[in-house]
Amino acid sequence: MYRNVKTAELVSLKIDGTEISVPPDTSVIEAAEAVGVLVPRYCYHPGIPTRPAQCRVCLVEIEGQPKLQPSCKMSVQEGMVVHTASEEARSARRSVIELLLVNHPLDCPICDAAGQCMLQDYAFETHQLASRLNEEKLVMGRDRIADDILYFADRCIICTRCVRFMREVAEDDALIVAQRGYRAYIDTFPGRVLDNPFRGNIVDVCPVGALVHEDFLFKARFWDLDQTASVCPGCSTGCNVTIDTKENQIVRLKPRHNSEVNSYWMCDHGRKHLIMSNRGLRPEAPLLRRNGKLVPTGWGDALTWVAERLREVPSGMAIVSPHAANESLFYFRRLLDRIGIAGGTFRVERGEEAILSGFPKLQLRADRAPNASGAELHGFERFDGSARSDPEGDAVAVLEDPLAELPEEWGRQASFFLYVGNRLSSAARNAHAILPVTTFAEMEGTFTNFEGRVQRFHQALQPAGLARPAWLVLARLVSLLEDDGDGGAAAPTLASEAFQVMVGDTPAMAGLEWASVGLKGARLGSTEAAVLQAQAPVEGA
Amino acid sequence: MAYPYRDDRETTTLLSRYMGEPEARTLDGWLERGGYEALGMALEMKPDEITEIVKESGLRGRGGAGFPTGMKWGFMPKENGREHYLCCNADESEPGAFKDREIMRWTPHLMIEGCLIAARAIRAEHVYIYIRGEFFPVVRVLNQAVVEAYEAGYIGRSVLGSGWSCDITVHLGAGAYIAGEETGLMSWLMGGRAEPWMKPPFPAARGIFGAPTTVNNVETLASVPGIVANGSAWYRQWGSDKSSGTKLWCCSGHLVKPGNYELELGVPLSEIIYDVCGGAPDGRRVRAVIPGGSSTALLTADELDCETTYEGMQAAGSALGTASPIVMDESTCLLSAMRRIAQFYAHESCGQCVQCREGTEWIAKILRRIEDGDGAMKDIDTLYDLCEQLTGRTICVLADSVVFPLRSSLDKFRDEYESHIQQDACTAT
Repeated sequence: MYRNVKTAELVSLKIDGTEISVPPDTSVIEAAEAVGVLVPRYCYHPGIPTRPAQCRVCLVEIEGQPKLQPSCKMSVQEGMVVHTASEEARSARRSVIELLLVNHPLDCPICDAAGQCMLQDYAFETHQLASRLNEEKLVMGRDRIADDILYFADRCIICTRCVRFMREVAEDDALIVAQRGYRAYIDTFPGRVLDNPFRGNIVDVCPVGALVHEDFLFKARFWDLDQTASVCPGCSTGCNVTIDTKENQIVRLKPRHNSEVNSYWMCDHGRKHLIMSNRGLRPEAPLLRRNGKLVPTGWGDALTWVAERLREVPSGMAIVSPHAANESLFYFRRLLDRIGIAGGTFRVERGEEAILSGFPKLQLRADRAPNASGAELHGFERFDGSARSDPEGDAVAVLEDPLAELPEEWGRQASFFLYVGNRLSSAARNAHAILPVTTFAEMEGTFTNFEGRVQRFHQALQPAGLARPAWLVLARLVSLLEDDGDGGAAAPTLASEAFQVMVGDTPAMAGLEWASVGLKGARLGSTEAAVLQAQAPVEGA
Repeated sequence: MAYPYRDDRETTTLLSRYMGEPEARTLDGWLERGGYEALGMALEMKPDEITEIVKESGLRGRGGAGFPTGMKWGFMPKENGREHYLCCNADESEPGAFKDREIMRWTPHLMIEGCLIAARAIRAEHVYIYIRGEFFPVVRVLNQAVVEAYEAGYIGRSVLGSGWSCDITVHLGAGAYIAGEETGLMSWLMGGRAEPWMKPPFPAARGIFGAPTTVNNVETLASVPGIVANGSAWYRQWGSDKSSGTKLWCCSGHLVKPGNYELELGVPLSEIIYDVCGGAPDGRRVRAVIPGGSSTALLTADELDCETTYEGMQAAGSALGTASPIVMDESTCLLSAMRRIAQFYAHESCGQCVQCREGTEWIAKILRRIEDGDGAMKDIDTLYDLCEQLTGRTICVLADSVVFPLRSSLDKFRDEYESHIQQDACTAT
């Protein structure tokens, strides 16, 4: 916000007794945030351009102004003195909340937004625990506003954030305010359907429980959710997200602000995609083929056995997944180098693209995987064929690719078939050894997005059974293979260690630090990013 | 015979002179009556000279707020870098007002001439007449006049060969009180909902289509040709120093002779109600008057001696507004009247600001409950408190508009409320 602004161009003002200097086009509400004062807001949203100043909850006192002024609309001025909590400002705020509650159903016990509702918050903040209302409330009912989004008109406070998001950010005028005054409600324009691929954001911008995802409806109370900072694996954009989990299940994804990647938004494909990952059959213990049968084993035995077998591998092929973390791909490459398998391919699922017009950087990209760039960086090649050929008598090593589209007998003839993954498809069951690894949601690590931005994700779920992060398993294997009686090099035990080893050994990643990648990510050196972009496939190729 | 109830008294009739004469509607009839002479004179002048004359005349906006017209025009940028617009506000949505309708119905060319002169003064080349959609017969008359004026070269390319072009578009509303608010009107003209916006930006800086715009009321514009033709001193012979000229009074309610009367500003309100309109019918007494359209504070029968100027009405604790007194005699239940007014504003609130959207409706509900006999004394406190909350905290003044009559009725007719609450009985006879 303050970058590239010379001190001389700053405007100084005083907010609640604190002096601050900010750029001249800053609004009072933003300047107040900078001094740590959160002025209540409904219609104002930092990601939506227009500021109608209609909710009137952000009214503040500005010395010299005859009336209270909406702080979202007022630009700072030199010498301005603002009081956000004066007697009059507080009284106005209190009255807005009281009036909003006049026709509000107060159905918090069954409302999905309870616990993260700005109406609830401000009602408590302004101590409105009793009502003066003695009249019947207006009942408006609810509506299905999109395929997957419900609209509870009674809870709606007509802040119009949803309408303005659609109109100004998604540039789709499917949503409107219908009727006027106390009868106003949000609706789709007659004859229009709200099917925009970014429509889910209207639920996020809703400050109350008026817009609710049907997927999430009555699923969880907000206070029962655990929230983890992560990266959306739905496509190569790598939107920053928060994964909300309950009882070790992902219940929803919410976008997490990152002005370099996704602003405040994400697409609907991303939201739905990950919830599906709760499903599917997971291997929960290492499985080794003994006498033709897969037998569960402990990790120690399994790794020793696999290391022994790998020493005998003469040649073979490798398959990886663009869903694997950078660290896993790095150690897989090390393992392949060690056993003498060169190359390796990955398959990326492709889909239709969509662009968020108001923030064009955010696109649902054709590559429906988070780390194709990472796989390329570690020397794996894109596989565009329809079906992979059978390894026949060769050896084959697979990292996280579910092999779902392959025939049942695929790999049965292989001299050695190592499957390091987290899904048990019928082809995967032909492996000689199945080493269960975590999904990205069950581990820490990094992805590299389409433009070479390395972004960290955190562990949101407990791993399934004995599953361990792939980099941990692979690093141990490498270390066993390197063991010439002296125990081999120590394998990393923390994601941060694995990351630093990878950075040290990957020239393209030089300079990256685990800590500085932080929650917002960091770009690879610009030349490398340019190379990656040049390698990105052309649509239709 | 003159237009309804013209009084025999010596009154000045600048605006209503030809009301009731169907020939005045046509271009020929209008030219016979001296029409478009002022336009010819205006075309000889520089835009700023016109503005100066209007400024000196002391003409104030007739739409309710009473802002000096010349000063408003003076806010328009002088350079010609961007197109300018004039909007003629013919929404006339204030309950009680019916003056603009009559001007357009009888003398459409007067208004068109006023629009053209004003457009010239503010360097606009396009005038939008935003007219209330319900005024259907009036629209027909107005459209006819616009067509005639176009054909005769008063509107269009190079008006009267002066080299200055001006177009007029008549735009029909779809029935919203708030479209009569200037920013609401502009939102609507641009194809949006009639929702007022926060000023700044002021219309003179950024109005319709992002261009400098002036919004004037029909009656204001209709006053302009006379001023330009006869000079500012001529106009100043009527009215007071701060409120010059004449004004149409739309008198309605319990009156023997309700109707439109054009009177010099400053005539005592009591004279208008008793002498001009004949007071309440059947010998009943006047109980209360809402003097300036439904959004002004009401006056009791004892307070009617006030001078009907902008400043005089303000001194009396009310406002001149649109000069549309609604007279209520002793048979009127004021609680009922206030409930109806509150209902109107609740219905017409655009719904942006919370205070207005929810507050007006709540007030209407409380008043309805008291009317139904379920009131409590604490309701009066709640109503006072709501008046406080609805004042000065919203984008436009619609919320304030319900507060003025309500608070004044609570102050002046508290007995009415108490009687309904305590005895479930009305004080009206």
